[in-house]
Amino acid sequence: MPVNMKQLINLVEKEDWPFTQGHRLCPGCNAPMVAKWATMTAKALGYEPVVGAATGCLEVSTTIYPFTSWNVPYIHNAFENVAATITGAESAYRSLLNRGRIKTDKPIKFIAFGGDGGTYDIGLQSLSGAVERGHDFLYILYDNEGYMNTGNQRSGSTPPGADATTEPVGRKSTGKIQFKKNIVEIIGAHENVYAATAVTSDPFDFMAKVEKGLKHEGPAFIAVLAPCVRFWRIPESTGPQVTKLAMETKYWPVYEIDRGVYKITRKPRNFKPIEEYVNAVGRFRKALQHPEYKEMIEEMQRYVDTRWERLLKLEEVTKDLYLR
Amino acid sequence: MPTRLAVTGAAAVAHAMRQINPDVVAAYPITPQTPIVEYYAQFVADGLVDTVMVPVESEHSAMSAVVGSAAAGARTMTATAANGLALMFEVVYIAASMRLPIVMPIVNRALSGPINIHGDHSDAYSVRDAGWIQLFSENSQEAYDMTIIATKLAEREEVLTPAMVNLDGFITSHGVEGVDLLDDEVVRDFVGIWEPKYPLLDVDNPITHGPLDLFDYYFEHHRQQQEGLKNAYKALPEVFAEYEKISGRKYDFLDLYRMEDAEYVMIVLNSAASTAKYVVDELREQGIKAGLIKPWVFTPFPKKELLAALEGRKAIMVLDRAMSFGKEAPLYSLVKSALYEAKDRPMIGSYVYGLGGRDVTPAMLKVPFEDALKGDLDPNEERYLGLKE
Repeated sequence: MPVNMKQLINLVEKEDWPFTQGHRLCPGCNAPMVAKWATMTAKALGYEPVVGAATGCLEVSTTIYPFTSWNVPYIHNAFENVAATITGAESAYRSLLNRGRIKTDKPIKFIAFGGDGGTYDIGLQSLSGAVERGHDFLYILYDNEGYMNTGNQRSGSTPPGADATTEPVGRKSTGKIQFKKNIVEIIGAHENVYAATAVTSDPFDFMAKVEKGLKHEGPAFIAVLAPCVRFWRIPESTGPQVTKLAMETKYWPVYEIDRGVYKITRKPRNFKPIEEYVNAVGRFRKALQHPEYKEMIEEMQRYVDTRWERLLKLEEVTKDLYLR
Repeated sequence: MPTRLAVTGAAAVAHAMRQINPDVVAAYPITPQTPIVEYYAQFVADGLVDTVMVPVESEHSAMSAVVGSAAAGARTMTATAANGLALMFEVVYIAASMRLPIVMPIVNRALSGPINIHGDHSDAYSVRDAGWIQLFSENSQEAYDMTIIATKLAEREEVLTPAMVNLDGFITSHGVEGVDLLDDEVVRDFVGIWEPKYPLLDVDNPITHGPLDLFDYYFEHHRQQQEGLKNAYKALPEVFAEYEKISGRKYDFLDLYRMEDAEYVMIVLNSAASTAKYVVDELREQGIKAGLIKPWVFTPFPKKELLAALEGRKAIMVLDRAMSFGKEAPLYSLVKSALYEAKDRPMIGSYVYGLGGRDVTPAMLKVPFEDALKGDLDPNEERYLGLKE
């Protein structure tokens, strides 16, 4: 039974907001939605969330000493180690629970938030180690496809053609040429894990996955496409709209890998061409004017089509074949 | 009944940890620290302790997990050496700034490069400004005692500063010698239960740990860290006295060996002090007033105690088991700075020895005394013991 409207309304009426006002994230930023929906879901389900965050926008904008937007226990350590940090806290919880030294009788759930830089790149080892060890925690990646906090630098998640300050589009280059690192497959391949993708345009799909992740005994991972309106060069009000388009163009398929079992959780009836997505995001604007633009789009279209076909097949062959 | 065991220094430290039975140990193996982790893992596997052990995938994650665990309110330990410590470096500073009383034995080893797995102090010196308490030990007995002392000291409310216990790689960590263990209950009562004031797991009183601390408060927080170390300096004699009560073993900032009337004083950290004591005895037999100072406490640096111990002596020879490239060797520069306020300044000389585990012989340690006896000490010259020129 996924988290329902009644539970959420109860929480809202109590005004017991786990992630509250006063943060200094940009207007239109999608990261606070992710933080709010995830922690709200945990609270609405009767858990006490304990939150960790990697260095990044979400961290620097919500905890400027002596202020904090977190109305639940929160820890920030460094950029690349939120997974290790939160699993340290989770280990402490197990130990103190075992020794009868935990004062609350409410079940605590550990949630780590990281951006794409702290997840795909510098924090991948720490995350992989934590998932491999099987800690009971939920890692939520808010993927804005670059180092937005420090000013639009390239990350392992930046798509081809997107203008980034450390791999810009220029007379000779179309910018980054590699497609995004497939983080969900990497985490899903750890096998003992619940891994999923989500979009900010579909909070209920996201919240249902948060619930699944929290209930999964062991590591869980959700990658949410969460635009940075500043560096994606999109109007402030259109973040979720753009992620919807990303789903409809197969750019960002919404699916899950539950202990090896693939399931596409949203299957658009009519797909749109990838070009529509590229046209909607301003960070591709420079690439659009590039002479090699046409080939780039064709290659992207081929790639997303193939990946979608592959996902459909994986869904079919992995049905009910839970690895662990 | 206290037990006497013939064990390595690594085992002695692991036994101290077993008796403390921390809530969480997160560690990664690295030579020559590995046996500490291995012994402890075996204690866990055999059910001798109920610690939750986290076998992390790197030292960076070890220190990160330890920060998460200690912030959560658990008594937490790890152990490392050299390059492991270097990989932890970033989080070593963060642990101190978050005022988490983590205890970390460091099995001192040369910091690459070139790669070398043997003992020197370049690892411990590399984190001397990280904000940790740094205790040093001459042998397995002292490493055992210091691990227990560090736990008690780090957790004092006015201190709340992480502590490192240093022991020499291979020489202490792998050498077998007799170690007197206290009773398990005695250690348990001595360290007690740590009751953190603002644990992360207190969900009814949520606290934000590790916030962004800009120019408006960062300075003040560093000043508070400094207070923590000043308070550690004040608390150390008390903790040493309490430990003496349960163990009969007396510790202080400085181990003063034949110092009552000493004119020629050698200063050295950790295991080389044993060899130096032997040399001092030999020189004493020849009627030379030799003495030795071995600092047990490196941070907070016992400047006042050193000044009191050194003033009026004829010559001081400071031995460092690491270099500070382009500058004076670390211990030497600190001793020299302590002597600035001396009314009667002795001659002083700097000696670097034993890098990368090079053997330290009595003949080698006689050289600084011979130089001093000849009046041949130059405060601005770094000399090398046993270097193949």
